Amino acid sequence: MSITSTVGEFLVLFGTIFYFLSTLGLIRMPDVYNRMQTATKSATLGSLGVIVGVGIWAIGHVGSYSWVTKTIIIAVFLLLTNPISAHALIRAAYKSGIPLWEGSVVDKYKEALEREEGEQ
Amino acid sequence: MGEASKISRYLYTVIVLFVIWIFLTSSLDIQELEIGLVFSLVVGALTYSVFTESGLANFHPKRIIYGIAYIPYFLWAMLMANLDVAYRVLHPKRPINPGIVECETVLTNDVGKLVLANSITLTPGTITLDVRDGKYYIHWIDVKDASIEGASENITKPFEKFLKVIFP
Repeated sequence: MSITSTVGEFLVLFGTIFYFLSTLGLIRMPDVYNRMQTATKSATLGSLGVIVGVGIWAIGHVGSYSWVTKTIIIAVFLLLTNPISAHALIRAAYKSGIPLWEGSVVDKYKEALEREEGEQ
Repeated sequence: MGEASKISRYLYTVIVLFVIWIFLTSSLDIQELEIGLVFSLVVGALTYSVFTESGLANFHPKRIIYGIAYIPYFLWAMLMANLDVAYRVLHPKRPINPGIVECETVLTNDVGKLVLANSITLTPGTITLDVRDGKYYIHWIDVKDASIEGASENITKPFEKFLKVIFP
C-alpha cells in the first residue's frame, strides 16, 4: 500500500461521489436546463476524478507511469469535447421550444431574438 | 491576427501531434519515437490547414506560462462551483434562481472565445447557450445580477484576465 495508490483510490471515491450527486440533481431539478447544469458538470469532475485517479493509482499498484500519461490525455480530450456537446444539447432544447421553469427570473436570449426579428 | 506562414503552421501541428504521441505511448524508446515522428509528419501535412492559424506564435513563452497558470486556476474554480451546485442539489429547499443572462467579452480571437465558452460551460452553474457577435447568452443557475455588466463581472471576467494574454 503506497501513498500514490491511496491518493488514486481517494480520487476515484471523490469522482463517484460527484457522479452520485449529479444523478440526484437529475431527479431533483425542475426543468431540462437546470438538469443539464447538474448532469453535465458533475459528470465532468466525476469523470476527471475517476480517470486521473486510476492513472495515479496505477503508479503505486502496477508500478508503471505509462497509465498516468494516457489518462491525462483522455482527461484533456474529455475537457475539450464535453462542453461542446452540452452546449449543443441545451441550444437544441431551447430552439425546439422547451419553456424555462416558471421560477426563472430572466430570459435575455428571448429578448435578443425578438429584437433581431423586429429589425428584419 | 493574420495567418502565419505555412511552414510555421506545419511545424506547430507536427510538434503538437508528436507530444500527444509521446504521452500516449509513454515510452522514450528510439523505435517508438521514430515511427511517431513519421506519423506526425504525415498527419501534420494532411491537417495543418484546419488545425491552426497562428502557427509557432502559439509557443510564445508568455502565452505558455499563462496557459500553464490557467490550468490550476480553472480547476480550482471548477471545484468550488461543483461544491456550490452540490449544495443546491442536497439542500431540502432547492435554493435555485435560474435564468438566461447576457454577457460581453473583451476577447476578439475566435479560439479565445471558444475556450471562454468551454470554460463557462465546464464551470457548474453556467452553460453557454449561444454566442452571437461577441455576446454570450448563458443559462445561470443562480442569477445574482441580471444586467450585462453585473453578469459579465461574475462570469466572464475571472477567466478573461488569463485568456486575453493567452489568445491576444
